[in-house]
Amino acid sequence: MNNGIYGIEIAWLDAVIRLHIIVGLMTVVVMGLIYVERKILARFQQRLGPTRTGPAGLLQSVADGLKLVGKEDLRPRNADPWTFELAPYMVFIPVFLGFVIVPFAFGMQVRILELGLIYFVATSSLGIIGWVMAGWGSDNRYAMIGGMRAAAQGISYELPLVLSLISVAMVSQSFNLNDIVLSQSTYPNLLWQPLVLVIFIIAGLAELNRTPFDIPVGESEVVGGPFVEYSGIRWSFFFLAEYAALFIMGLIFAAVFMGGWAWPLGEELGRGWQILLVTVKTSLFIFLIFWIRASVPRLRIDQLMAFSWKILLPLTFVQVLINGAVLVYDAPLWILTITGLVGIVVLVRLIERAVRPSPAVNSEVVSVGNEGAP
Amino acid sequence: MVIESAPDFETQDLLINVGPQHPSTHGVFRMILEVDGEIVKDLIPHIGYLHRGAEKLCENNDFRQGVGYMDRTEYLASHNAELSYVMAVEALAELEVPERAQWIRMILCELNRLSSHFMFLGAFGVDVGVFGTPFIYAWREREALIDLFEEISGDRMMYAYFRAGGLAWEVPGNFEERVREVLVSTRQGMKDFDNLLTRNEIFLARTKNVGIISAEDAIELGMSGPTLRASGVPLDIRKSEPYMYYDQIDFEVPIGTNGDVFDRYLVRLKEMEQSVSIIEQCLERLNDGPIMPERMPRMLRLPEGQEVYIRTEAPRGEYGIYLVSKGGNKPWRLKVRSACLSNLQALRKMSVGQYVADAIIILGSIDIVLSEVDR
Repeated sequence: MNNGIYGIEIAWLDAVIRLHIIVGLMTVVVMGLIYVERKILARFQQRLGPTRTGPAGLLQSVADGLKLVGKEDLRPRNADPWTFELAPYMVFIPVFLGFVIVPFAFGMQVRILELGLIYFVATSSLGIIGWVMAGWGSDNRYAMIGGMRAAAQGISYELPLVLSLISVAMVSQSFNLNDIVLSQSTYPNLLWQPLVLVIFIIAGLAELNRTPFDIPVGESEVVGGPFVEYSGIRWSFFFLAEYAALFIMGLIFAAVFMGGWAWPLGEELGRGWQILLVTVKTSLFIFLIFWIRASVPRLRIDQLMAFSWKILLPLTFVQVLINGAVLVYDAPLWILTITGLVGIVVLVRLIERAVRPSPAVNSEVVSVGNEGAP
Repeated sequence: MVIESAPDFETQDLLINVGPQHPSTHGVFRMILEVDGEIVKDLIPHIGYLHRGAEKLCENNDFRQGVGYMDRTEYLASHNAELSYVMAVEALAELEVPERAQWIRMILCELNRLSSHFMFLGAFGVDVGVFGTPFIYAWREREALIDLFEEISGDRMMYAYFRAGGLAWEVPGNFEERVREVLVSTRQGMKDFDNLLTRNEIFLARTKNVGIISAEDAIELGMSGPTLRASGVPLDIRKSEPYMYYDQIDFEVPIGTNGDVFDRYLVRLKEMEQSVSIIEQCLERLNDGPIMPERMPRMLRLPEGQEVYIRTEAPRGEYGIYLVSKGGNKPWRLKVRSACLSNLQALRKMSVGQYVADAIIILGSIDIVLSEVDR
């Protein structure tokens, strides 16, 4: 680790300063993301989005935040006080912990961990506890169903996510995010691991509980799921965690698949350019997620589980095996590209077979002409 | 290792109360779901939250005033609701409606069918879980239609434009151009929906083979409209008992084969195409002429001891009016036969054994208007 950002040599003070920067960054980014999502979704839906607060509605998130702070912090009478009130923090803290390892630029992170990727996965899956706590503690049946759904979904999609990250780590030969980024300075990992990229995005969507996997919070079914009883600042904590998780998933995507700050302009770049590069790549991921949100319906819980266990997990296992074989025998890496592309084709075929119901009954709508109707 | 469960260990199914304030109950409908995990074991619907006694109110008002209450029973297809009522009154009063008024009525009813089906498509998209996009698409097209209604009747939802005998007043001079103009955007809107949803893999997975009801069951439950036709029964009152000038119009009745949620969606989408074609044919036949009969009494008084049942094909099915007159200027008894109420009976049959998420889209696919169910 290099010297502190401000040249501060005391390790713990340095860490504290970095943590504070991260918290500030997180809050600002979340507010920005909420604004951007509303604007982007509005564009997709031929609306304007927020326009009244500040220039082009830029202050909308600030106004929302102030409103939420001002609201009464309600707790249902029969709710479990401790579980209910601690749940938002249990969702928020793991997301925040994830930021510790994220490289924004060369040497710009709180800590470099040798097992950075594993650390990220471990912290991000902790958040499920908070969801279940919120669902259980609210004494609301919608919340409970939502919490249980979140747990089932989180556990199921953890596995493909971990395995996809592991297969990338195999190619980059490291779990250290800094090393992974450096190893991609000529070719990004997405070139070698196209299938894993797709699986990462799908599993990431499920991890983030975003459309089409927003089953735990499904507004039209369970009315917001575990959050249904929350209000005011506690509710905003969930929101903060959700968007921060989105941001961190984008950063991981940028670092692991897109070569972070190192690709395509090499690692000699100035720090500003590096940050810009990472931001662009992260935005790409986030935009993709917003785009998906505007266009597809929600899956059902059984389809979601079957999809994870029957399709994504076996495919990632196969990919890990192929990676192992190629790396052990020192075969050229383009083999991985080809197998990955073949894997994508297989994935699409499997999705078609699994998700689309059997065409046992042809349900084309036919029309009865002028004379046919009784 | 074999784990033996304790013999006296009992599990209890979870009861979930959905509504009347749930976001996807399309009004103030309440259902109690008995679920085992995610599977619906039983479903108990509760209706009556929007009962305002519209039928009784009609009995206390004269025949002209009743039109306004019909609007409020079926607020998404008010023209169609008014139509049944004025046709019932006309049948008892033996009024001859002028040709022009009939054509304009047909155009307005089909336009209202379009706007109502757009509302269905939008709400259904939200039920299935797309965030807002179909809703806004539908709202955009519906807005154009409603603007047109506003230009004609002065109101956006409660038109009260039909009268026993004809229409309240002449349509604006640019009526035909405006209708053609609106139809262009309507066509585009239908195409947008087709592109957005019909072949979407997730949409298919969610809606196909979900909430199936067989033709026999559908008939036994007294279902009607697109919900019935999706099960493969080609019953459309516009075809089977043509009223107004539907027998002069060339149109087809789309029917489904499977009776699932997807068919109910697709039948409505195809029906809209037919509606557009009907409107275009009506516009070609629209002539100048009077809109009210020449000899119209100042105060409508019906003969004593007569009764009539008139049914028309509203967007949600058979909208019938049973009218009993015992003389005077008020109906002695007025009964609205609501298509939604009958269609809603099928909800339990369709939903039991499905997932919780399915129950929501099944309810959405029935396309209820609660004020018509409760009246």
